[in-house]
Amino acid sequence: MKKVLKTVLLKTLPVMAGYLALGIGFGILAKSSGIGVWGVFAMSLFIYAGSMQFVSVGLLTGGASLLTLAVTTVMVNARHLFYGISMIDSYKDIGKTKPYLIFGLTDETYALVCTQDFPPTLDKQQYCFYVTLFNHFYWIAGSVLGAWIGTLITFNTTGIDFAMTALFITIFVDQWRSTRNHIPAVAGVVLSVSCLLLFGAENFLIPAMLLIGCVLVIGKNAIIKQERADNG
Amino acid sequence: MDNTYLIAGIAVVAAVTALLRFLPFLIFKGNKPTPKLLVYLGKVLPFAIMGMLVVFCLKNVSVMQAPHGLPELIAGVAVVVLHIWRKNTLLSIGVGTVLYMVLVQFVFVG
Repeated sequence: MKKVLKTVLLKTLPVMAGYLALGIGFGILAKSSGIGVWGVFAMSLFIYAGSMQFVSVGLLTGGASLLTLAVTTVMVNARHLFYGISMIDSYKDIGKTKPYLIFGLTDETYALVCTQDFPPTLDKQQYCFYVTLFNHFYWIAGSVLGAWIGTLITFNTTGIDFAMTALFITIFVDQWRSTRNHIPAVAGVVLSVSCLLLFGAENFLIPAMLLIGCVLVIGKNAIIKQERADNG
Repeated sequence: MDNTYLIAGIAVVAAVTALLRFLPFLIFKGNKPTPKLLVYLGKVLPFAIMGMLVVFCLKNVSVMQAPHGLPELIAGVAVVVLHIWRKNTLLSIGVGTVLYMVLVQFVFVG
């Protein structure tokens, strides 16, 4: 038990830094836009999706219709469908906390639980639960702090959100070294960059996901063959 | 802001976000064995998604405008090199983030 908590704390430290900083930024923005501390708390507790919460502040302040809110949420958060698809098998028999694990599947939580090889000494169910819970807590704590005393913070935190980018880069490197079959990783980067150049920063994610899905499904036989050749 | 509108708005965004996260699990639930294609996707998608997330984080970097993405490039390369060399996630992220903060706050000041 203690060992799991220690592992989770160390694994989630980068997320703690990123979520506290981004959360404080969100809290300050929401508060200054007329959403009170309780509203901020409710958003981080129930929505729990960083970029969409930032977007929501703008939409709510502008009095957007509920339909607009719903459609925008689909556009901004569609990538979460991908996390679900990729975790179906891994979370199949994860136990009674499963609904919460699915609810809390943010980018960063996904990055920490998507690993295939859990060390045998680690209880996967407990690990996934505490990663999800700790990250959720960091996010709520950061945003409430921001709404509450955010304006008192004078330390210049510009650039601290690079912790999230760095987290994804280190996991990318770990994954790269864990296999000799680099087709999926290369496809992810190349197709995302291509769509970014083609469709722009606001619209590239959905076409990129569709293309990545297509390429991986169409190339299934070739990728599996390559994997067998590498491992055998 | 009107409280009823705020509560309704938060509820809509929360419900749609949760729906997107739950949908794949709702479609493929039950005790049946997971379809082979999904087992396969579960194995290969994390590699592709992590690449996509790195690009997603860097999507607003402009190569054309000063500082031409240099802070991201320098800090990103530092993270990769440090991570291959020392294999210590916290060290790679910690050094990379502090380096990036120094770069954007003191070195590449617009």
